[in-house]
Amino acid sequence: MGLLTFKKGIHPPDMKFLAKEKKIRRIEAPKELYVPMSQHIGAPAKCVVNKGDEVKAGSLIGEKGGFVSTNIHSPVSGVVKAVIDHPTVFGTKVQTVVIENDGKNEKAYLDPAKQSAVETIVPGILAGGIVGMGGATFPTHVKLSPPADKPIDTIIINGAECEPYLTSDYRLMLETPEKVVAGLEIFMKAVSAKKGYIGIEANKKDVHGIFSKLLKDRDDMEVSLLQTKYPQGAEKQLIYAILKRVVPAGGLPMDVGVVVQNSGTAAAVDELFSEGKPLFERVVTVTGNGVKEPGNFIFPVGATLEFAIEQAGGLTDDAAKVIMGGPMMGFSVDNLKIAVNKGTSGILVLTENEVMKEDYDVCIRCGKCIDVCPMYLSPYKYIELGEQKLYTEAERWNVMDCIECGSCVYTCPSKRPMIQFIKAEKAKITEQRRKEAAK
Amino acid sequence: MKKFYMSTSPHVFSRDSVKKVMWNVNLALLPAAVWAILRFGMDAFISMLVAITAAVLAEWLFAKLFKQKIRLWDGSAFLTGLLMSMTLPPGMPIIFLIVGAFFAIGFGKAVFGGLGYNPFNPALIGRAFLAASWPVAVITWKEPTVGALSSISAEAAGTLASTIPVEAVDTITSATPLGALGQAFSLNTQGVIDGAQLDAVTGALSSKESILDLFLGNIGGSLGEISALLLLLGGLYLLWKKIITWHIPVVYILTVGLLSWVFGGKGLMDGSFLFSIFAGGVFLGAFFMATDLVTSPMYSNGKMIYAFLAGVLVVMIRRYGGYPEGVCYSILIMNAFVPIIDRFTKPKPFGYVKEVSK
Repeated sequence: MGLLTFKKGIHPPDMKFLAKEKKIRRIEAPKELYVPMSQHIGAPAKCVVNKGDEVKAGSLIGEKGGFVSTNIHSPVSGVVKAVIDHPTVFGTKVQTVVIENDGKNEKAYLDPAKQSAVETIVPGILAGGIVGMGGATFPTHVKLSPPADKPIDTIIINGAECEPYLTSDYRLMLETPEKVVAGLEIFMKAVSAKKGYIGIEANKKDVHGIFSKLLKDRDDMEVSLLQTKYPQGAEKQLIYAILKRVVPAGGLPMDVGVVVQNSGTAAAVDELFSEGKPLFERVVTVTGNGVKEPGNFIFPVGATLEFAIEQAGGLTDDAAKVIMGGPMMGFSVDNLKIAVNKGTSGILVLTENEVMKEDYDVCIRCGKCIDVCPMYLSPYKYIELGEQKLYTEAERWNVMDCIECGSCVYTCPSKRPMIQFIKAEKAKITEQRRKEAAK
Repeated sequence: MKKFYMSTSPHVFSRDSVKKVMWNVNLALLPAAVWAILRFGMDAFISMLVAITAAVLAEWLFAKLFKQKIRLWDGSAFLTGLLMSMTLPPGMPIIFLIVGAFFAIGFGKAVFGGLGYNPFNPALIGRAFLAASWPVAVITWKEPTVGALSSISAEAAGTLASTIPVEAVDTITSATPLGALGQAFSLNTQGVIDGAQLDAVTGALSSKESILDLFLGNIGGSLGEISALLLLLGGLYLLWKKIITWHIPVVYILTVGLLSWVFGGKGLMDGSFLFSIFAGGVFLGAFFMATDLVTSPMYSNGKMIYAFLAGVLVVMIRRYGGYPEGVCYSILIMNAFVPIIDRFTKPKPFGYVKEVSK
């Protein structure tokens, strides 16, 4: 059987060898944690603790601040030292609970027994503060609450991990595949989906083998071997690869009866329902030629990048760029006090030689960006339009359909910063739409 | 505290660059260029050297003049100079080459804003300017000075020479295969030679030996159009390097071949497919000119439409126009249609097509 995939895309060197062989190591939590109230897409959580409050691992410290929002829990036992505004990966400051770890590791987990019934799964997931752990951090309970006219028949577990360098999902699926399967089962139960798929890229054949064995006697679940190609793990591309269903523009996977969940999310949901453990820690790959000993670690949310990088042997002398997430869609940061959050799949450190320092060049209309765009857009056009501030025109060129995968910039001979312009155009258009809606 | 670099994603890049693209195209032209030097000797080498030097100097001058980024060594001006010289016969007067190169860079590119903004292929603009200014120089062919003179031109020319007025012999004996064919047809139309004589010429030109000479390059012609084989080799290199796609060369060559077969002979479906594509500048145009990244369409469908129409133009110019060869103008004319072709061939983004069944 041929490998499943989508059309177009790119083949960047996967660089996973740096951390692929490293077993997941549980790290003792640092003395001080900075837990932001916004670790998800949507409204920030409302902080429900004050300075001086005692907390345990799993204590609720932030309560969801809207429908698209979720709860935040303390990752350790200790005392709330302060509630401050602290920088985050997005460059803005966010309300953050600073917790002093007392090292006692006392737990205050949820009661798992209460959540096993079908109708309590979704509220349970909200209570556990579960979000999409692939990086987008969309609150999971929202994804599992489709409107009545959009029944879900299929759940896809995204184990593609198509971002170069990252190996956190790979290690998690290799070491605890049964948790991923259990999580998938819970998702399927929650929305009464008939079929579940686990999508694995062909560079993780061992994981594919493990799942094949685990699922060989089940006809409600299947593991799909996907071509190793970026962005194979993008939702719409993954759905197309496995089911050949096309998510309509501006639509969501639920429009074609699908919910996609990251493999880490599935494992977290299993832990929530078997142990009552809310989401307050995760597997993070710390990697790149800019750290001395790349590896995969379980970090509590709120651990600083500084702490995380220390666990990987620290920075090398030529470390030059720190990225939260993968190299294709991750965010560069210049402040190592920023904390690991629920969506931090990796921390990548590039060296001086690996950083692009040249200015971008002119567009020679080679059309490579068009050839690789998985959304069939014309990325080159967005710089031209952005420079002239022609936002309506950019909207006509379907800029809102861009998934910001970065394939265009990767492949561009002139290294033109399409994504930078696209993000700005999308922000302007969203603002404009909001204004019009307010009228 | 250590300062870290900041930027929008992505943070890793392919190793591609404009410089690499341009030098790769130059490299792809190398076999054909070397062959031209072997075949025509120093004349060819001097032509290329002068055109390239002039183009690079012009690049510097116009970039200064228009305050554009100076990009002497990225290979783009080098390519313009080299390509232009390859569309011209060996032994062009040096001054013409210099003027052509300056016009190509200045009016073919710099006035539009420099590399990336030019609507027309600069090298062809240079050639077209020379053809308009000094038409005789552009179509005066010297016999190759190295290697055996091919059987075909001599044979065809011999047939012609025996039948036409003496004063015309000079031009004909030094004509290219394509030139000989064109002249034979026009002489036939004028009633100077009869149908049987025309058949003799076309028969000689499209004979097996003739086609092989054309393919290998044992013929006279412009520097870059003599060996279809070596141009094909360069073209395959560009395809392998993913600098060009198959759409333009394949459609262009097939269109020229098929239409020439249908309309290029005395009657319908009487022309020679192979002769029409191996003779003249079709391969040079197909792989190196029509595919010029800046001046060709962006989308695959558009590329095919563009190449098809350009191919039609080649055959129309060759058969019914005033020039023996139509590659240069076919591409320049189609360059003008690129914006409109792009406009109508932009594909629908993913998600706008009809939903695949659930």
